[in-house]
Amino acid sequence: MIIYFLCLVLFCIGLYCILRKRNIIKIIVGIIIAEYAVNLLFILVAYRKNGRSPILSPDTEIINMVDPLPQALVLTSIVIGLAVTSLLVVIAMRIYEKYGTFDITKIRELKG
Amino acid sequence: MEMSWIVPLFVGISLLGAFLVSLLGRKIKLLPDILGNLTVLALLCLSVLAVYVVADKGVVVYNVGNWRIPLGITLVLDGLTSFMLVTVNLVAFFIALYAVNYMKKFTSKDKFYTLFLLMLAGMNGVIITGDIFNLFVFLEIASVASYALVAFGTERHELEAAFKYAVMSTVGSLFILLGIVFLYSYTSTLNMADMASILADKGASNLVLMVSALFLMGFGLKAALVPFHAWLPDAHSSAPAPISAMLSGVLIKSLGVYTLCRLFYNVIGISSSLSSILMVLGTLSMVIGVFLAIGQWDLKRLLAYHSISQIGYVILGIGLGTPLGIAGGLFHLFNHSVFKSLLFLNSGAVEYATGTRDLKRMGGLAQKMPVTSATALTASMSIAGIPPFSGFWSKLIIIIAAVQANRYGYALWAVIASILTLASFMKVMKYAFFGQLKEKWSQVKEVPLCMKISMSMLALICLGGGLLFLPAVKEVFLDKAVRVLLEGTRYSQVILGG
Repeated sequence: MIIYFLCLVLFCIGLYCILRKRNIIKIIVGIIIAEYAVNLLFILVAYRKNGRSPILSPDTEIINMVDPLPQALVLTSIVIGLAVTSLLVVIAMRIYEKYGTFDITKIRELKG
Repeated sequence: MEMSWIVPLFVGISLLGAFLVSLLGRKIKLLPDILGNLTVLALLCLSVLAVYVVADKGVVVYNVGNWRIPLGITLVLDGLTSFMLVTVNLVAFFIALYAVNYMKKFTSKDKFYTLFLLMLAGMNGVIITGDIFNLFVFLEIASVASYALVAFGTERHELEAAFKYAVMSTVGSLFILLGIVFLYSYTSTLNMADMASILADKGASNLVLMVSALFLMGFGLKAALVPFHAWLPDAHSSAPAPISAMLSGVLIKSLGVYTLCRLFYNVIGISSSLSSILMVLGTLSMVIGVFLAIGQWDLKRLLAYHSISQIGYVILGIGLGTPLGIAGGLFHLFNHSVFKSLLFLNSGAVEYATGTRDLKRMGGLAQKMPVTSATALTASMSIAGIPPFSGFWSKLIIIIAAVQANRYGYALWAVIASILTLASFMKVMKYAFFGQLKEKWSQVKEVPLCMKISMSMLALICLGGGLLFLPAVKEVFLDKAVRVLLEGTRYSQVILGG
């Protein structure tokens, strides 16, 4: 149970980072942390205690196996995360070129 | 099941188009335009074909890689799907046509069309998929392409808006993924039909409530419902005009409204508390959106706030849950995607000709730009709900449905929001197009041919939109979609049985 709780804490740290930090790079790091927390939860959901890998062979009997599907899905979600992160970093670089700062309180031309 | 081959083509053709444009577009000058438009035209033809297939054969299920239903990814073509496909691809076609001239001022048209087609692939994928994780993947494809498209101009405002949009939308995606994780842990399946039947067997639980809340936050953020709307005015007003039209016209609907309906009606199952939450959020967006819109002087920003308000009408109609309410909501969804994309294209035309979006600096443009001003007038009357334009009929149906369901308060707010919409569009028409022509605009010319064609065609659809509610058309196009939502979780029997 404690490990699920720690996972929630990790997610909350990520959200806190996104909501409260002023530096663009720190916001991006917050997104990465929150994303990893969700991925970790997905893997934990599939975990069985003393489970083994689900590979079928003629001479063994599988009694307790780890659910393999979430691991495949998490791979996909990590790749998506990579794409989002790289795009965000590129936008952050361009913002730095234009504004000369990473501080979001100074990048506020749009409002209303 | 002979016609099931058309189902994967909606994603396949757009991905192929994107690939070819990015591969060959840089070498041959005209190729991005031609290939981009041909791809979208093919998709439009296919989606009209899909409506006939659904009318003829009912629900069509395609199993990717021939895996049996709960194991592999399933693609589903039913009434709601074909309705959404036509909406998305119709609007995308006119926008692609408009972009031929408009995107000339940007340097890399091939990149534009690549991203545009990728976004379209994502949207079509979200609509046709019957697998919840696949839905998430397509949702992310469409979202990532849209972040890049918002930042396409790489100027100060574009970048700022794109960053804000990307961060908020990513957080929304995280909530959606979290919801999917919980649903998977509860049901051990990813197929939406299978999930619906397992959830129906297991009955209500707190976990499903939590998942509903997560989905409401995630998809509500994508649909820009009111507490989650902050990104929309920035992103939609900073993007290039065809992209604003695409985002406001169809992206928020296919990623937000469609997914909300599909998951809440067909998978989780709508409850009275859930539908009242939808109605409250819809009404809030409707009223707050229009109040924020009325004070704007930036034309595109004003239109963006109206998107929030009109999405409120759609959600209100769908949240009512009565047949007439859902029909009104979906009908308004179609109409809104036509007239809002037309309005954004008009704002793009004005910006193209004059270089400004500030209403105070325009004036009398009707004399110089007759096509733009006539189409803008049509779209404004349509969004404000003046008979006989399309927006009037759908708003009328939503209001009648609210009265029939004894929700007089919601009906009253819908009327008030409609009047305020009329007021704010009278302001747009007065400041931008009518009145005295300002001295500095005496050299302004009407926009090029492709832009004119695309705007006029969309205006014609606005004018004839009311015809969709004629019994013969309604039976094929709208009623099938309404029936899918009314069926609720019986969706699973339809898919698993078929």
